[in-house]
Amino acid sequence: MNKSDLLTSMNKAIVAGDRAVAASLAAEAVRSGLDLPEVIEKGYVPGIQKVGELWEQGEYFLPELISSAEAMKAAMAVLEPEMHRQKIEAPKGGRVVIGTVEGDIHDIGKNLVASMLQAAGYEVFDLGADVKLERFIEQAEAVGAGTICLSALLTTTMAGQKRFIGLLRDKGLRDKYKVLVGGAPASRKWADEIGADGYAENAVAAVKLLKSLTERA
Amino acid sequence: MIETKRPKLELLNRALVEKIVDEGLTLLERQGVWVENPEALGLLGDAGAVIDRRAQRARLGRKLVENALASTPPSITLYDGSGEKSFFVGGDEVHFNPGSAAVTILDHDTQEERKAVTRDLVDFYKLVETLDHMDFQSTGLISTDVPEAVSDCYRLYLGLRLSAKPFVTGTFRVEGFRPMKDCLAAVRGGERELRLKPLAIFDACPSPPLKWSNLTAQSLVDCARAGIPSELISMGMTGATSLATISGTLVQHVAENLCGLVICQVAAKGAPVIFGGSPSSFDMRKGTTPMGAVETMMIDSAYAQIGKFLNLPTHAYMALSDAKVNDPQAGFETALGAALGALAGVNVISGPGMLDFESAQSLEKLVIDDGICAMVFRLLDGIAQREDPIALDKFEGFTPETKLLAHPHTRQWYRKEHILAGLVDRDPYEAWVSAGRTSIVDKAHADVARRLERYVAPPHTANVRKELDAIMAAYARSSGVGRLPVWEF
Repeated sequence: MNKSDLLTSMNKAIVAGDRAVAASLAAEAVRSGLDLPEVIEKGYVPGIQKVGELWEQGEYFLPELISSAEAMKAAMAVLEPEMHRQKIEAPKGGRVVIGTVEGDIHDIGKNLVASMLQAAGYEVFDLGADVKLERFIEQAEAVGAGTICLSALLTTTMAGQKRFIGLLRDKGLRDKYKVLVGGAPASRKWADEIGADGYAENAVAAVKLLKSLTERA
Repeated sequence: MIETKRPKLELLNRALVEKIVDEGLTLLERQGVWVENPEALGLLGDAGAVIDRRAQRARLGRKLVENALASTPPSITLYDGSGEKSFFVGGDEVHFNPGSAAVTILDHDTQEERKAVTRDLVDFYKLVETLDHMDFQSTGLISTDVPEAVSDCYRLYLGLRLSAKPFVTGTFRVEGFRPMKDCLAAVRGGERELRLKPLAIFDACPSPPLKWSNLTAQSLVDCARAGIPSELISMGMTGATSLATISGTLVQHVAENLCGLVICQVAAKGAPVIFGGSPSSFDMRKGTTPMGAVETMMIDSAYAQIGKFLNLPTHAYMALSDAKVNDPQAGFETALGAALGALAGVNVISGPGMLDFESAQSLEKLVIDDGICAMVFRLLDGIAQREDPIALDKFEGFTPETKLLAHPHTRQWYRKEHILAGLVDRDPYEAWVSAGRTSIVDKAHADVARRLERYVAPPHTANVRKELDAIMAAYARSSGVGRLPVWEF
């Protein structure tokens, strides 16, 4: 396969949400000694962008969205070790710590956001569900993240999002991080009320929000 | 694979069905029916009915009725304007079409009913043409800018110019039949072709209790001879024009409809007939005929069961409401009727779009109701086994980290197992707020505009168009009507 066909196939594999093909095309790019950042930029990224468009047009639903994100992850899992070996800096959107706040075990929405952020090129540290508020800070400090995303599905646990902002303030770390909130009971108004940096109603919107925040920064 | 069960509603036990039919037959024999049409009376007399010409009364013996039932086809296949797409009317197949012959339209901007004009009828036809779950059109509005003398034919003429779907229609005067049939034959390419591939159903309503008027009996005779399916629309109102008990109303329903069926069969043996109706529970306080009453839906579902017992295609006026605007009542009465009618296996369900005791149509409601019909069709499809094993293999290698959302099984099946809900709101609260808190009625109004924009006219040849125009013009001339609303197609 010549390079142009390879890039087109990568794009298609992501749009089709085909993990196996996306990974094997990545392996082929490595074997052929191609410029890997270029492969990501011109092969895979247009695919995930197309998926976002299809979602917004109402063509794609959650299963397609997540399958495509998983295909993207599968390709990156092949490319990243190789780039690391070649000491190439991967094109990165930044580091994000994400989790569902303590007392809340709902993680579908959070998983969707994590997958889409990862597919969009962010390095995502997913702490899972029922995460102690201190853990978010410890992890963000440890990996040098710029953004912390807190999910909550229950009106009882969403108060944790507010407490978290207070906790950051107490530690004098509030300005160091962008804090985004999400989940069924959350809203833009809630985000403003508790002094968070943003709110997104779904995974595609979360990627857009984070991009706009990081570009502004 | 285990066969998928078709969900089915049956309100009557078998013994009650048999008793109702038996009493209906006895009623026809002893009491008889008033038939105000001399030709139909003559035909019934020739076939052995006991006729009292002076009283215009016919007593139909059991044998006569049973023979007529035996010669009536158990199903009908309608064809669209192209003659290619077919619709089986029989078994438990369900087809929705808008409620017909409304005199007013609910104006979205003023939220008031106003008299309908030709422009509204044109929009109505165009809109229905775009609705995926309305298999048939109906001549749904009576335009007040068209002289009454030609209005039955004019609304069918307009409809045939604007839509390829099969029609549910009917005559307003005896003279209307001929040009209406000619219009149908023009689209179909001949009378023989029309007989082989029916394009329209003609409704004919007896006048309860136990009477067939001159107009409707003539329609039965004319349709039978032309091979056009007649839909028998018995419409007793409990306690007012039929007995107060539901079972009593059903006996009368059977007698009236079977008299109509016999008229069809003695006019032309083998003529297609649909066992239909538009009965209602009569509101004893308001004096109105609520189509959204649960008792109305019970009568409908029950006579449909009786129609099936008699091995006939069935019809009912369901999936409509008595509300005056598109409010919660409009939604729940329509949805309940649509679901019950479909579960009862009514073949032709007329009603969507209708409000206010069958007198008003709403374009917005049509769009909302199309979504209700989509849900109902999904319900009828039932729950299928789909795969063997159903689930076990999908759990092989399953861990708590397995993402079902990204599982190939999900992508393979979710669109087949789950439908999109049309215009209903499923947004999270915040998204709903930021989208402007739009109500389903406002969404429907916008959707109507979008649909009218993307409407495509049926591809009639210039010859067919010319023929339709000529038939309509000749009928207008012979009826002494000078001008008709001109419409740019």
